[in-house]
Amino acid sequence: MSEKIEMIECPVTLSYNFSAGAAPTRFLRGMKDGRLTGQRSPLTGKVIVPPRGACPESGLPTSEEVALPDTATVITFTIVYLPIPTSKLDPPFVVAKLVLDNSDQTFILLVSGCANEDVKIGMRVKAVWKDQSEWDYSMDNIAYFEPTGEPPVDIEALKTRRLAEARQYIEKKAGSK
Amino acid sequence: MREVAIIAYAQTPLVRDCGSKNDVELVMEVVHAVKKQLNFTNKDIDFFCSGSCDYLGGSAFAFVNALDALGAVPPINESHVEMDAAWALYEAWLKIQTGHANTALVYGFGKCSQGDLPDVLTLQLDPYYTQPLWPDSISLAALQAQALLDAGKITEADMARVVQQSRANAKAKPTAQLKGDFTVEQLLAEPKLVSPLRRHDCPPVTDGASAVILATREVAERFHKRNAYITGIDHRIESHQLGTRDLTDSLSTRLAAAGAGVAKGKVDIAELHAPFSHQSLLLKQALGLDDSTKINPSGGALAGNIMMSQGLSNFGEVAQRIIKGEANRGVAHATSGACLQQNLVAVLEGK
Amino acid sequence: MGNACAVVGIGQSERYKTKIKKSMAGLVREAAQNALNDAGCAWADIDAVIIGKAPDFFEGVVMPELYLADALGCHGKPMMRVHTAGSVGGSTAIVAASHIQSGVFKRVLTVAYEKQSESNAMWALSTRQPFQPHLNAGAGGFFAPIIREYMRRTQAPLDIGCKVALKDRKHALKNPHAHMHEDADALTLENYMDSMMLWDPIRYAEVCPSSDGACAMVLANEDLAKKSPNKPAWIHGTAMKSEPTMYPWREEVNPQAGILCAKEVYAQAGITNPRKDIDMAEVYVPFSWYEPMWLENLGFAEVGEGWKLTESGATSLDQGGDIPWNVSGGVLSSNPIGASGMIRFAEAALQVRGMAGERQVPGCKTALGHAYGGGAQFFSMWIVGSEKR
Repeated sequence: MSEKIEMIECPVTLSYNFSAGAAPTRFLRGMKDGRLTGQRSPLTGKVIVPPRGACPESGLPTSEEVALPDTATVITFTIVYLPIPTSKLDPPFVVAKLVLDNSDQTFILLVSGCANEDVKIGMRVKAVWKDQSEWDYSMDNIAYFEPTGEPPVDIEALKTRRLAEARQYIEKKAGSK
Repeated sequence: MREVAIIAYAQTPLVRDCGSKNDVELVMEVVHAVKKQLNFTNKDIDFFCSGSCDYLGGSAFAFVNALDALGAVPPINESHVEMDAAWALYEAWLKIQTGHANTALVYGFGKCSQGDLPDVLTLQLDPYYTQPLWPDSISLAALQAQALLDAGKITEADMARVVQQSRANAKAKPTAQLKGDFTVEQLLAEPKLVSPLRRHDCPPVTDGASAVILATREVAERFHKRNAYITGIDHRIESHQLGTRDLTDSLSTRLAAAGAGVAKGKVDIAELHAPFSHQSLLLKQALGLDDSTKINPSGGALAGNIMMSQGLSNFGEVAQRIIKGEANRGVAHATSGACLQQNLVAVLEGK
Repeated sequence: MGNACAVVGIGQSERYKTKIKKSMAGLVREAAQNALNDAGCAWADIDAVIIGKAPDFFEGVVMPELYLADALGCHGKPMMRVHTAGSVGGSTAIVAASHIQSGVFKRVLTVAYEKQSESNAMWALSTRQPFQPHLNAGAGGFFAPIIREYMRRTQAPLDIGCKVALKDRKHALKNPHAHMHEDADALTLENYMDSMMLWDPIRYAEVCPSSDGACAMVLANEDLAKKSPNKPAWIHGTAMKSEPTMYPWREEVNPQAGILCAKEVYAQAGITNPRKDIDMAEVYVPFSWYEPMWLENLGFAEVGEGWKLTESGATSLDQGGDIPWNVSGGVLSSNPIGASGMIRFAEAALQVRGMAGERQVPGCKTALGHAYGGGAQFFSMWIVGSEKR
């Protein structure tokens, strides 16, 4: 055979055991019980969810837990038309950056329960949880967020208000020492 | 050349598995520790540079997460190499030489317990001819050990003595992973793992992180009466194809040693990045060191091997001992690639 | 700061493509050899090699500098590999410049490449992140929401994105290296506005291609630069800035790290009014709306007004704009991810050397090269000029 060989296929399989990290672990344990918890930065007073171990602004560990409701505001979003590799979701679907009430960090989740075209920046949404029997140590316990029907929020005003609240928290903490 | 010293150093405890700590949490420990040693905030640090390997983390942008540990708000001057952090130190040293920075924080980390380290290292090899055969890092090191034995340059007893010395030295380091008292006979009695290497001739798998702070003379003098200055630093690489290299010698180490000026004075201590026992012997030769140099007082990589930061740790270990007055002139070495393909050598002196 | 440094040779892949039928070694060697030829020097004249590329997952080779040492003539020489995600092509050039500016080296070779056809870049960009819902829709999915917020803030006309893409693709026709050379009948606004929506509001036509390719430069000190056969491009300023991907209420549309990086590089290069002082810019725009966004971020336009600059044709060479952006065709026309930053930096250098052929910006004396990476958090920039500063 005098076929010119131009390509070889070299399959590579690697397996990994991931650790969530101490801070994310506390969050995921809360999720298993159907609770959303954020962690507050000791420097800025802002509440981060889901926590990743450090407050990125200060590099300090976050440890103070804050219980959070499962209502949120849509900060921005996209409608995905191209399937995500290895995902079972059928496009089109809305992936949104949400901020849970009383927290300051966006995270990504699905928004559904309405026409994709009706999703708006500033929309008020609430979590739709999967059946409790399916709950695991995972954000996936929330199937998606759906509109509450409340009027949309001015996200710039939300940001201003939350930043002020964080500052007040830090001032109060410093004052009470 | 501007005089640059290493004025702070921290390393996490060397453990087989750091448990649930993620990369950010490992890096936070050492970054906060070195800043605290000097009471530095980010305002005092002109440049940050790190070394790590995404494949250890199992995701395409693993190194990005570690940025959270730095508190990069307001934004910082920062860079990254996908190499041992010793090369990140080199980048930072060059930056200071340009005058763009006076201080730099360099860190490296590796959480090897997550994945299968030998498989990851096999992916370093020529993807068309070598990697598809899946030779693992231990087998490749074994080839080099066998070549040294066949050439009569070392004996198995020599290798065992390196391990014995490493374990004994590590007793003085509470955070070392492997330590203890062993006789050469005990070690030689162990079965071979991948001939001619025994398990103890190979590095342990370690999770960890380390960090150093570099500074110019003006800054360094504020912190230590006696500082550890980098008086020479050089790094070289050799051909990737093992068949074209003399595996019983390390040409790149010789060249880097000459470039760093190792032979210009007495070398009191040397921290060599020798994950395998025979490499310690080979490197000692290539660096032109004799028995008057204490090799790996920290225990070396055989006592705990933080992938992507072992070389950087060596800088810290030497600097620390110079600052304490335990040594006056030392060599720090880092390696990358199978069978010592690439080597970085630096000379640190107390002033 | 530091010693003077100049670009004396530039080399690229002959043509960026979805799949270049060369090995990785062949790919980098082609670009490197072209740079050496342009610089009029041989492999032996190079003191050190600095290579850069984006995540190793794109090719499945861990720390490829080890394997590429032979192809790049590195035996016995210093070699380093930089990795700062998408901005890496730029950061690599800056690290290479440090080698000269420090006074430690006289002449270095720097190469950046990506061979994303070997693995699967889309997959590598959207791997399932542990402990997070599997909604990682790749780079497009990440930037689309940010673009949506820009559109909301500015109320810009909806066709601005397509106008940018059209401009860059038309520019690309004059660049023999560019990946995308579309037919004239495909290059209409109607056609672009009609293309499939991928991650609303980003359409297919507004997205960069996936390319293989390499770019290389030879950098030298003042002595050697003055002796080089072709006109050098002098480095007037370099800067790199990073911020975290996410933090509470992070400003993502107009990232602080980009603003500060630009301020710093402009200060080094003596630039006070970017629109007037800079003759052309090669800016990392992988999704078309990032042109108006970066026009604001880089101080070429006031906040909220970037889209007006685009709409006026100011950034189009074909339309005689006063501040042409991405005359190479930009990232929108060729995107070997790890190389893209260096291609921007190299194009800026090529332009001030007056060697850009059909796409030469007339009278180009000062140019900006820009790259960004990660979640628009890593920025690297340089300013080059036809005269030494």
